[in-house]
Amino acid sequence: MASIVQFENVGLRYGTGAEILSDLSFSLARGSFHFLTGPSGAGKTSLLRLLFLAQRPSRGLIRLFGEDIVTLPRDRMPLFRRRIGVVFQDFRLIPYLSAYDNVALPLRVAGVDEAEIATAVNEMLAWVGLGSRASARPATLSGGEQQRVAIARAVIARPELLVADEPTGNVDPDMAGRLLYLFEALNKLGTTVIVATHDVHLLERVPDARTIRLDRGRLDDPAGIVRTDIARPLPRRPLR
Amino acid sequence: MSAASTAMRASNRRLLPEGRLEGPLPWLIAIMMFLMVLAAALGLGLGRAAASLADALAGRVTVQIVEGDPRAREAQARAAQSELGRIAGIRAVRRVDDAEMRALLEPWLGNIVNHGDDLPLPAMIDVDIAPGEQWRLAAIGRTLARIAPAARIDDHGRSLAPLAGLIASLTWLAIAIVLLMATATGFVVVLATRSALDTHHATIEVLHLLGATDSQIARLFQRRIALDALLGGAIGLACAAPVIFLLGLRLGALGSELAGTVALWPAAWLLLGALPLAGAGLATIATRRTVLGALRRTS
Repeated sequence: MASIVQFENVGLRYGTGAEILSDLSFSLARGSFHFLTGPSGAGKTSLLRLLFLAQRPSRGLIRLFGEDIVTLPRDRMPLFRRRIGVVFQDFRLIPYLSAYDNVALPLRVAGVDEAEIATAVNEMLAWVGLGSRASARPATLSGGEQQRVAIARAVIARPELLVADEPTGNVDPDMAGRLLYLFEALNKLGTTVIVATHDVHLLERVPDARTIRLDRGRLDDPAGIVRTDIARPLPRRPLR
Repeated sequence: MSAASTAMRASNRRLLPEGRLEGPLPWLIAIMMFLMVLAAALGLGLGRAAASLADALAGRVTVQIVEGDPRAREAQARAAQSELGRIAGIRAVRRVDDAEMRALLEPWLGNIVNHGDDLPLPAMIDVDIAPGEQWRLAAIGRTLARIAPAARIDDHGRSLAPLAGLIASLTWLAIAIVLLMATATGFVVVLATRSALDTHHATIEVLHLLGATDSQIARLFQRRIALDALLGGAIGLACAAPVIFLLGLRLGALGSELAGTVALWPAAWLLLGALPLAGAGLATIATRRTVLGALRRTS
């Protein structure tokens, strides 16, 4: 299967500090589902930032959708970003916009017709259980509700690559299962999904998922990707 | 314009908070536009006055024959009037009659000018030289030296040159003030845009990560700041217009022909009315350049 993401010897440092990520080499197949795990400070969010093009690496090669994005001109970035859905750990909803307008934003940025947007957004809000809160602003939503709006925004445009940073951290187990089901549904439609999480139970819910484990900015399995065995819980490692 | 741009534009209204007159920018622009409109009005009025003065004085010469003997004075005046009319390039020669002379002198000398012929008044001849024929002044001097030795030539253009120079200087000063105010407005807009970029940094980052282009983001700020500038400009113009109108009335009340020409004409009012639009245009350009420059530096 063709790879949608390819990292080769990627390193990342902020300023002149030590490398946050070192020697990352892996590839993600198109249409695959991955969990990104590792202790706090392992570099999961930094890796995700590289994936959703918020950051360029300090060294190495990253190919996304078959193109080298390290040397990609700045003015071509937006078209690549529109192919990626992002669920931020801190939601990053726009405070002046209603839940509806927040979810509609990727479609508006992409120039989708307002009638189409209305249908898609209302359907999506209903799916995440926020049909009645469409006009609510983020400040009036609970943490869980904000998280669901953030997820709805990330998936509304049916991205080719979905990157989620702790997407179920603020929702109850039932809602977590529902959201994960949404990710799986998207995955079945061809979206490559990568979810950073600490929740071991979450890993067990997706039988076909693979796991990438980061430790101190390096892949735990430098050879590539470790297959998740759903029959057994993931090996527990002491937190460093 | 792409469909994406249009859709973003249609939904822009809710993307940034848009409370009108909430920040200092519209008020700052209102103050600057008030001063700019006053300076522009001054420049336009003075420019027109300078043009009128130039028109009125160009080629105007008065010949005075200062001769104590009334008969000799009269003879020289007649000869001068006759000879000057023959010089090529001279459009008109007119003798200022006695009644007109007395009327001119009465404010200075009182009613005495109207009693008897004891007051020796010079004979005065107004000479109009055709445009571009100013060099004929020398010929006038030579002719008068021959036929009217008591004649003195008063070249209006030369005698009022300092006043014309002052008016021209004030006109240029007004233009300079308008340009300086426009520049200052541009800088104020740049500072306001930078501040808005800082305030909405998080929103901009999210928009970028969702695939918004720099131009789409710039348009959000352009629209908002252009509206602020337009609103501030309209307030500034609305405050300045009555001031200009009242000053025009005061100038008119002076009864001076020159002061009267300073008053604004309809086209000048239209020009002043266009200043807030020009201000909004300037603000739009300054905002766009600032936003695009700042975004290019970010990543």
